[in-house]
Amino acid sequence: MPTLTDFLQFLFAGLTNGAIYALIALGFCVVHNTMGIVNFTQVDLVSLGGMFLYSALFLFGLPMPLALAGAVAAAALSGMAVERFGIRPSRSGNHLVLIFLTIGLSVILRGIMKLVWGKNRMAVPPLTADEPIRLFGATLLPQILWIFLLTTAAVILLIWIFRHTTLGLCMRGVASNPAAAAVVGIDAGRIRMVSFAIAGAMGGLAGALVTPITTLSYDVGVLLGLKGFAAAILGGFGSFGGAIAGGLLLGLLESLAAAGLSSAYKDVIAFGLLLLVLFIRPQGLFGAGKR
Amino acid sequence: MTPRDKIFYFLTIHRTGLSVCLLAVVLLAYPTLVANPYLLGISNLIAVYLIAVIGLNLFIGYAGQISLGHAAYLGLGAYGSALLTIHTGLNPWLAMALTALAVGLTSFLVAIPTLRLSGHYLAMATLGFNIVCYTIMMQWNQVTGGPSGLAGIPPLSVAGLPIDDEMRFHYLAWTLAIIVLTLGLNLARSSLGLALAAVAQNETAAASLGIQVVRAKIRIFVLSAVLASLAGSLFAHCYTFINPDSFTIFNSIELVTMVVIGGLGSIWGSLLGASLIILLPEFLHFFETFRDIIHGLIVVTVLILLPQGLVSGLKDLLRVRSLMSKKNAQN
Repeated sequence: MPTLTDFLQFLFAGLTNGAIYALIALGFCVVHNTMGIVNFTQVDLVSLGGMFLYSALFLFGLPMPLALAGAVAAAALSGMAVERFGIRPSRSGNHLVLIFLTIGLSVILRGIMKLVWGKNRMAVPPLTADEPIRLFGATLLPQILWIFLLTTAAVILLIWIFRHTTLGLCMRGVASNPAAAAVVGIDAGRIRMVSFAIAGAMGGLAGALVTPITTLSYDVGVLLGLKGFAAAILGGFGSFGGAIAGGLLLGLLESLAAAGLSSAYKDVIAFGLLLLVLFIRPQGLFGAGKR
Repeated sequence: MTPRDKIFYFLTIHRTGLSVCLLAVVLLAYPTLVANPYLLGISNLIAVYLIAVIGLNLFIGYAGQISLGHAAYLGLGAYGSALLTIHTGLNPWLAMALTALAVGLTSFLVAIPTLRLSGHYLAMATLGFNIVCYTIMMQWNQVTGGPSGLAGIPPLSVAGLPIDDEMRFHYLAWTLAIIVLTLGLNLARSSLGLALAAVAQNETAAASLGIQVVRAKIRIFVLSAVLASLAGSLFAHCYTFINPDSFTIFNSIELVTMVVIGGLGSIWGSLLGASLIILLPEFLHFFETFRDIIHGLIVVTVLILLPQGLVSGLKDLLRVRSLMSKKNAQN
């Protein structure tokens, strides 16, 4: 019989995963808004975040705050490199071709990670000491608090950039009408690169925050990333609010499904529900309908 | 018309049929030239995948839709056929047909809501379907054998002759592959094929020409799922062992890369794409560590330089070259 404590425990687990999915979903949305494509390298930018954190800590011996900042920055740079050297050389305007291109790039990135960091699973330490906190009988790792705190900070920063800076204005301009944006002199190439940098930072942060709880390996980002994509779709692809709500909803659903029904089939339940939602509302829960 | 012109004319209008015949003759002689079971095993795998890749190409290349979950149908075909033959002792051919029918029905039911979705939503739905199928294959131990899979699947037999070595399987698999190839080539030129090409260009314009867009998409989706299911069943009966690792989203992505490298909407390209991707690991096993990188680089290079794939891309290049040289000769 599940008690209130159990319920709280699953609630925390669901919200934690949900926050991570939301971060990744935002990365998908930013690139979708400027280029109109699904960027499947997002998946590997998540793994890269964890890998860079590991290297910063153990190879360069940096202290944790610096290592985290370095990992996020390095993931952002990787995102920019993907755009500059992987996407931009293709002059194709065909979305299908560009999406398959990101799939090819994602295969390359996983190959590089396998080469540099090896295939073994690695352990990354949490941001602060492992003393669990007790809350109404449920235990809470400090890492989970960090995940909530830093995810919220990242989301606020992202929204601030989009609402209150010239760069954000340019990005919204490209999103709403690329041709008109080019006419008023916005450099679409630069905006795309920035959107990949933001996607890299979001994915990298998600990877660096979640790998202390899971483990780290070159393909850790694949399932996480695809769930982030699912979250973005669930909320209506492209909408920031939808991505955050979709992420939290997917995390909670998955956690409650694992608790109430079966943990082996939690992916089946999560994706099954996603399919059901899509069949009923093809534009996602908060999507604006067919454009 | 001189006799020479007549021959050229004949060759030109029958070029597709003649190419298929040429391929058939080469494949008929192939096992007598290459008796090595290992090499035959590789070309057999190409035949099996080719059946699924042609189906997928009809859906992605001709209809312009996106599917990142076709390995699920391959898996359903393999598991359906395997379970029916192991548990009920059904004739493998009958099992294969029943499975294909069931997969066709399933894909029809999946298609009705799914194909209302467009672009990214369709990509997610097909990916999600693949993950759901894979998880069930992994977790439903009592039926699917879980991660260790199913063994002891009976081989197919033709006229009392069991197809249990590479040579016999070569003839069976390539016969089926060539039938599917011919079907694909004809379908691309049929009214359905042309309708799909119109849908891929512009759905609204296609609809205004009287094409029933949703119906055309559903038909091609069901056809591609049935072909994948047949390929999966062949795979199961050929190797007599299957496990979920052959039917992951990565396998779906591999199927998509076969389509993309050969060329979106090019049936001959599918043959090239499937051969290239299956042969690649054989050449690269000396430097195993670089395999993924090289694999990805090939996809990326083809997409950047020849976005319409190797076959159509190189054909266009040659055509432009010959036109240029003709023009230069006139000047």
